[in-house]
Amino acid sequence: MTATLTRPAPVTGKKKPVLARTRRREAIALVLPSLIPILVLSVAPLVVGIFLAFTDARLVRHPDYGFAGVDNFVRLAGNDLFWDSLRIGMIWTVGVTLLQLAAAMGLALLLNSGLKLQGLTRVLALIPWAMPPVVVAIMWQMIYSANGGPLNAFLGGVGLPDDINWLGDFSTALPAVIVVGVWVGMPQTTVTLLAGLQQIPAELHEAASVDGAGAWRRFTAVTWPSLRPIVTSITSLNFIWNFNSFSLVYVLTAGGPGGKTMVPVLFIYLEAFKNREIGYAAAMGLVLVVVVVLLLAVYLRSQFRDDRAAKGR
Amino acid sequence: MRVLVRPAQYAALALYILFLGFPLLWLISASVKSSGELNSLTVSLLPGEWHWDNYTEALSKQGLVRSAANSLVVALASTALSVVIAVPAAYVLARLKGKVRAAGVGWILVSQVFPVVLIILPLFLILRTLGLADNLAGLTLVHTTYMLPFALWMLQGYVAAIPVELEEAGAMDGASRLTVLRTIVFPLLAPGVVATAMFSFVSSWNEFFFALVLLQSPENYTLPITLTMFVGGEGKVALGPLAAGAVLAAIPSIVFFGILRKKLTSGLMAGAVKG
Repeated sequence: MTATLTRPAPVTGKKKPVLARTRRREAIALVLPSLIPILVLSVAPLVVGIFLAFTDARLVRHPDYGFAGVDNFVRLAGNDLFWDSLRIGMIWTVGVTLLQLAAAMGLALLLNSGLKLQGLTRVLALIPWAMPPVVVAIMWQMIYSANGGPLNAFLGGVGLPDDINWLGDFSTALPAVIVVGVWVGMPQTTVTLLAGLQQIPAELHEAASVDGAGAWRRFTAVTWPSLRPIVTSITSLNFIWNFNSFSLVYVLTAGGPGGKTMVPVLFIYLEAFKNREIGYAAAMGLVLVVVVVLLLAVYLRSQFRDDRAAKGR
Repeated sequence: MRVLVRPAQYAALALYILFLGFPLLWLISASVKSSGELNSLTVSLLPGEWHWDNYTEALSKQGLVRSAANSLVVALASTALSVVIAVPAAYVLARLKGKVRAAGVGWILVSQVFPVVLIILPLFLILRTLGLADNLAGLTLVHTTYMLPFALWMLQGYVAAIPVELEEAGAMDGASRLTVLRTIVFPLLAPGVVATAMFSFVSSWNEFFFALVLLQSPENYTLPITLTMFVGGEGKVALGPLAAGAVLAAIPSIVFFGILRKKLTSGLMAGAVKG
């Protein structure tokens, strides 16, 4: 799912008696078809997933599992590989989210400043968003390829080292994967920021110019404060999506080399479907969800506090 | 200083265009290069001579066509299902106030943070119990559920854009609720339904994680899964056919997104920005 969600536009218009009639029963009948698949295929699994985390379930043909209390979590506490993957996941998530925002902000500002080539750039910006993640990963494997890859060829052409095994080397694999994450997620962020930029009244910028504000000053005094709510929501969503992303890393490196790109979701997938320890994997998933929710709560809290402080000034 | 701003801006834009466009160009170029050229040490963007063999070879590769057909079936079925389910619910969501709406909107937002890692394990167990794991019908159900929140979100935006006064005018004229829906709401909603359907189709067509977990038999693989099988497995990768297969897999998504471009960038985002 890729798109920005915040609160919907308010529904305008007053309630009229004609529409109010038998409203409740109709509403229930119309909503019911969407409630059933949701309950069976997302709410129920969530509940079962939390339950599984406290069992020693294994992925076998006829599962026979018992309650394991907090055993999984105790075991998890001593699993250095899991904590490593959490650390790598944080670097990946924060890296991609921040670089996405910075790169998208730059592109959105460029597109908003009346340059030519806007149409081309907009179409190009859409492509990474539309492509299947698997195709994106295959494409970037070719770009990064150590034999005959265009990236090394380019570096060699300008006199830099040209024998780097980007996805296979311990030190370059994670940054290389992060660049792909930025490539994929940047367009979405750009489009959202651009929409936000276009909502800022031109008079604000003109007034700031008249007051003698330079480009940077206008950005910090006018653009950034106006964009703040959008930046907050897009950053939160990007953070979650990036933290939960799986396909790109799975196809690009499968967690390698030597676990250097083993993001948590991939780690859990392997634990569940290769090691077949689903109880243990569910416990990892639960820890992951708690971590994401906590981080997000801290971030949103700080944002709202800043906003209140800004308003109070 | 001022004179330099425009050239600097164009230079920056050129870098962006290169960053965004080059990988795609390279993929397309690789898909029409001969294997000799792909394995040679000289690296060039334009192929020495254009080879279409990679495409015929990719298409003749066992599994690619069948998995494309699987992807098509799953994407069409889950799109149809999610739209049929979402239209009435979206109507309610957009038109009503109070608890139903609040709960619906709340759930749509929560679904965006839904911990897929946590639900995938029980989901797999549930579907296996129902005999729907490793089954295209099972994958269709999962894709439907997974696309539903977003379909609801888009559609309720389109419903909200239809003035409620139009419905009231129809009701005043004595039309029943069903007639009002059929003659006033649906025609105005149709473009929104088409856009939502295209978006849902692309989501399902591109989806990888659920398909990877749920499908085990090669004859059930969807296109993304088959493509990853091209990469690994037999050691040496046939780069040309792989690139050709990747290009083919990307075409429907890019075409649909191209059509949706205006709607996605204006309509959808307007809601987000007004927020």
